Amino acid sequence: MRDPLSEKCVALKPSGIRKFFDIVAEMKDAISLGVGEPDFDTPWHIRDEGIYSLEKGRTFYTSNAGLMELRQEICRYLDRRFDCKYDPRTETLITVGGSEGIDMALRAMVNPGDEVIIPQPSYVSYEPCAILADAKPVIINLKNENEFRLTAKELEEAITDKTKLLILPFPNNPTGAIMEREDLEAIREVIIKHDIYVLSDEIYAELSYKGKHVSIASLPGMKERTILINGFSKSYAMTGWRLGYACGPANIIAQMTKIHQFAIMCAPTTSQYAAIEALKNGDDDVREMAEAYDQRRRFLMSEFEKIGLPCFEPYGAFYVFPCIKEFGMTSEEFATKLLEEEKVAVVPGTAFGDCGEGFLRISYAYSIENLKVALDRIGDFVARLRERA
Amino acid sequence: MREKILRIIEKNSKIGIDELAVRLGAEQIDVANELKALEEEGIICGYHTMIDWEKTSLEKVSALIEVKVTPQRGQGFDHMAERIYQYPEVNAVYLISGGYDLLVNLEGKSIKEVASFVSDKLSTLDNVLSTSTHFILKKYKDHGTVLGVKHKDEREMIMP
Repeated sequence: MRDPLSEKCVALKPSGIRKFFDIVAEMKDAISLGVGEPDFDTPWHIRDEGIYSLEKGRTFYTSNAGLMELRQEICRYLDRRFDCKYDPRTETLITVGGSEGIDMALRAMVNPGDEVIIPQPSYVSYEPCAILADAKPVIINLKNENEFRLTAKELEEAITDKTKLLILPFPNNPTGAIMEREDLEAIREVIIKHDIYVLSDEIYAELSYKGKHVSIASLPGMKERTILINGFSKSYAMTGWRLGYACGPANIIAQMTKIHQFAIMCAPTTSQYAAIEALKNGDDDVREMAEAYDQRRRFLMSEFEKIGLPCFEPYGAFYVFPCIKEFGMTSEEFATKLLEEEKVAVVPGTAFGDCGEGFLRISYAYSIENLKVALDRIGDFVARLRERA
Repeated sequence: MREKILRIIEKNSKIGIDELAVRLGAEQIDVANELKALEEEGIICGYHTMIDWEKTSLEKVSALIEVKVTPQRGQGFDHMAERIYQYPEVNAVYLISGGYDLLVNLEGKSIKEVASFVSDKLSTLDNVLSTSTHFILKKYKDHGTVLGVKHKDEREMIMP
């Protein structure tokens, strides 16, 4: 029989820490700080609208780009929250989560051999999606001393005449790093000078704890070269609804919509109706959840200080990224030992790129009570390691 | 800071000042002073414990009683409310808009005890025109807390 598989797909690196994930999945009684999704339920009024749409029999496809009412609400929201102005008819596409938007944008924008710059540590799907779109990923290893922000110098050094696109993942998973206005202004000059585009993944935009999130698309001259990715998963605790969106220049959105039409048809209809309610009446929910995350973030920072694990103060998403280099173990060894000895699951930094070595991703999408128990155990574990040393 | 403190301790009055300060990014002394001020101003009226009495062996019966009264000249409903809330078995009294005037939440050891309170004490008060008693059969949710259901984390253990 002939080989049924695509060489490109087979050659894709599987996640480096698959083995660790498998061990965790076996440990049913472990406490996890390893999850990348909110612990809150979707607010009831949003779920209720989803139910209502089902009761009304709204179970058909929507238009490929998504319900016009939802696109209008998205554009109003982006304008009121982040000062980004988009046309709901031509510059907005509703996708199946933010992840689909990333895939569609890469497929719509790169030619074979084009270089796509990916700062790491960052979410696991950018690199494989770039490869599947026949792009050449160029990795920037972000640095702890810069609080894992992207600097203009780092960007400048990574750019060649083949560079087409920069992926900008802030607020960042896994580091919790943000890019403030002056950080964005600095890289903006480099981006415009070299005439490259930006894929800005702002899925954690609402979870910013140092002033309001700034979108690079709102900076002068950037809207025309930015695809903005956002969605409902993190801000409204709607991960399972699988709903996101992409906004950008009409010519790019038109091509993305074409691929989306062939691959997906349209985003789930029930989720789209629920999302309209989220945008219309969900501002308070977002604020309350963000406040709860912020309190947990402060709590964790204080606990890590007590334990003595160095950790820069992250101002976004729901992760902290402490450094464990002092113990002379790899991140995966540390995480495996912590799991075996204390039954606490965290994610090794290397899951998000080689430069995550020496770090752990700790999620605070957990109740304070849960965090307390887990942090006590991490404290005991670290104390024991230091005694042994 | 005031509103944030209240929102936290409304759910967890046992929280320590040190943890409150950490969570709010404030100094302990400021948090302590704010709590003291809230108590003195009567904004914080007490620190109660939520108990699901159903789970204990103690017999307890709760009832909601709708009371129609004649308002009194110069005192409106306040005087009648005061007459009623003095009884220790009365848990709560609210002035209500609509079909009746006062809603009384009552706790007793048995249906008989509650019934005799209503017939002997409440309905014999001057100016009480009528009462209508509703016994609570089951409490599903109280003070924003769902009773009897343990929340289970159904998320995957680990997810990038």
